[in-house]
Amino acid sequence: MTVATRDERYIKEPTEPRALRIERLSVWYGVHQAIREVSFTIPARRITALIGPSGCGKSTLLRALNRMHDLTPEARVEGSVWWGEIDLYAPSTDPVWVRRHIGMIFQKPNPFPKSIFDNVAFGLRVNGYRGDIAARVEEALRKAALWDEVKDKLQKNALTLSGGQQQRLCIARAIALGPQILLMDEPCSALDPIATMRIEDLMRELAHTYTIVIVTHNMQQASRVSHYTAFLLADEDGTGELIEYAATRELFLRPRDRRTEDYITGRIG
Amino acid sequence: MTDPTTVTFASLEQRQDRIIGVLTGTRRSDRLRKTREAIIVAVLFLAALVSIATTIGIIYTLGIETYNFFRRVSIIDFLTDTQWTPLFTEKHFGIWPLLVGTLIVSTIAMAVSLPLGLLAAIGLAEYAPPRLARVIKPILEVLAGIPTVVYGYFALLFVTPLLQRFIPQLEVFNALSAGLVMGIMILPLVASLSEDAMRAVPQSLREGAYALGATRLEVVWRVVVPSSLSGIVAAFILAVSRAVGETMIVAIAMGQVPRLTFNPLVAMEAMTAYIVQVSLGDTPHGTLEYQTIFAVGTTLFVITMALNLLSYRFLKRFREVYE
Repeated sequence: MTVATRDERYIKEPTEPRALRIERLSVWYGVHQAIREVSFTIPARRITALIGPSGCGKSTLLRALNRMHDLTPEARVEGSVWWGEIDLYAPSTDPVWVRRHIGMIFQKPNPFPKSIFDNVAFGLRVNGYRGDIAARVEEALRKAALWDEVKDKLQKNALTLSGGQQQRLCIARAIALGPQILLMDEPCSALDPIATMRIEDLMRELAHTYTIVIVTHNMQQASRVSHYTAFLLADEDGTGELIEYAATRELFLRPRDRRTEDYITGRIG
Repeated sequence: MTDPTTVTFASLEQRQDRIIGVLTGTRRSDRLRKTREAIIVAVLFLAALVSIATTIGIIYTLGIETYNFFRRVSIIDFLTDTQWTPLFTEKHFGIWPLLVGTLIVSTIAMAVSLPLGLLAAIGLAEYAPPRLARVIKPILEVLAGIPTVVYGYFALLFVTPLLQRFIPQLEVFNALSAGLVMGIMILPLVASLSEDAMRAVPQSLREGAYALGATRLEVVWRVVVPSSLSGIVAAFILAVSRAVGETMIVAIAMGQVPRLTFNPLVAMEAMTAYIVQVSLGDTPHGTLEYQTIFAVGTTLFVITMALNLLSYRFLKRFREVYE
């Protein structure tokens, strides 16, 4: 087993229809480069996991996929993310438009201090949705497997829900907008095992309709739910690079880069 | 010259003794320390007691004199009469002219400071780059440090003549300029407290809204402001209580004519201004005229107290949400 040089990495692109093509993507925070020239393809209607030790840039990479870095004044992004024929980082692309179509679920559930209904309706309202909001809210809550638990208390404050319910509410909130891609940044790290299991079941269900990219610390979770896995690792300067990318089963059973093997067997990280 | 790192044996031994002394602690030094602690606690307690005692003293004086006043004037007259002429021969003791004066000037002040203060807070908390906000906020707070007497004369000698160019019927003393200037005075209070409330809204909520395709304006108006609403309301109530109790501006620029009117262009009198008027004059101690200022003072005290309690309740509710 060897360590790939910068030019010949162990990246095995999926043959399935693609959702996003990431092209030489680099992100800087001020003078610090957080990720360097990451390139790979995310398949449509599959779950792709980003794994790696803390500080390897996996969350940075995820946040680059819906232009969340635009909100951090000192962050700078170079490279391209192609969604079909559109480059998300082209000057003509509106970041607000990008975020409407690429939803995001955060590490800590972050429902607004509003009613359950208003949380799900929020995205619809700010985007000027003219249809039947109530029907759309119900549909989203059903898809997020939360409807039966909250249908009698839609007007109650969302903060009264449990952590797992709050996270599913945040998923419902994102789904309500009808996105094509869902980005999840360690969505289960603040949840107990049972709530985690429910979210994972939900992810498998959602993968029939949506492309999901999930950042996770938990390798068991990556191997349980994802179809493809990207392994990132930071170099001495703390700049993350893509080390290996392959179908999850392949990456976990037959890692080709020694560093991938060290990580998944628990020798580093 | 001796090397500072070399230490003589004697000094080393001394130092060792001292260290051992500290670690084991003799009984004597223990007792000394306890006495010292007790003295410190007593001093702190006394300091706290002074402010409590002062409050009790104020309430007591207000209470006694107000009680004496209401033994001679019926409380029904006080609350229903529409004239306030305790200093004239034909005496009336209706609080309404003063109360309305205070309300008018406070309303004008709030009409200035609420929108401007809220916008300033939004600008500082959500739009200004952190470095700019660090410069602007102290400048805004300088406004709060200007003595109110300066504001009073600013209203009387600058704002009123300026306004008279546009509103010729504006009297020299009027509630409008007093209210406008008072609004500028309490603006930093509103801005600063509202900004604190907005900054307390977790960043994750803003990100959540952005991730749903909200624009910056939508994030501010639909997430940040509603999420910090109880803090903002508390700031507003505190500002109202400040406006109601404000004295110098109204005493200087609003006039001393206790008439019941809702016209802000003419001279009126606020409750605080009346208290100043009587206490500056030669009203003998113990007379009915003298007691009126305590009745007015009690009214003022009840209003500001109620506002402060209300504000406290809002703030408490606000804290419950995020902690």
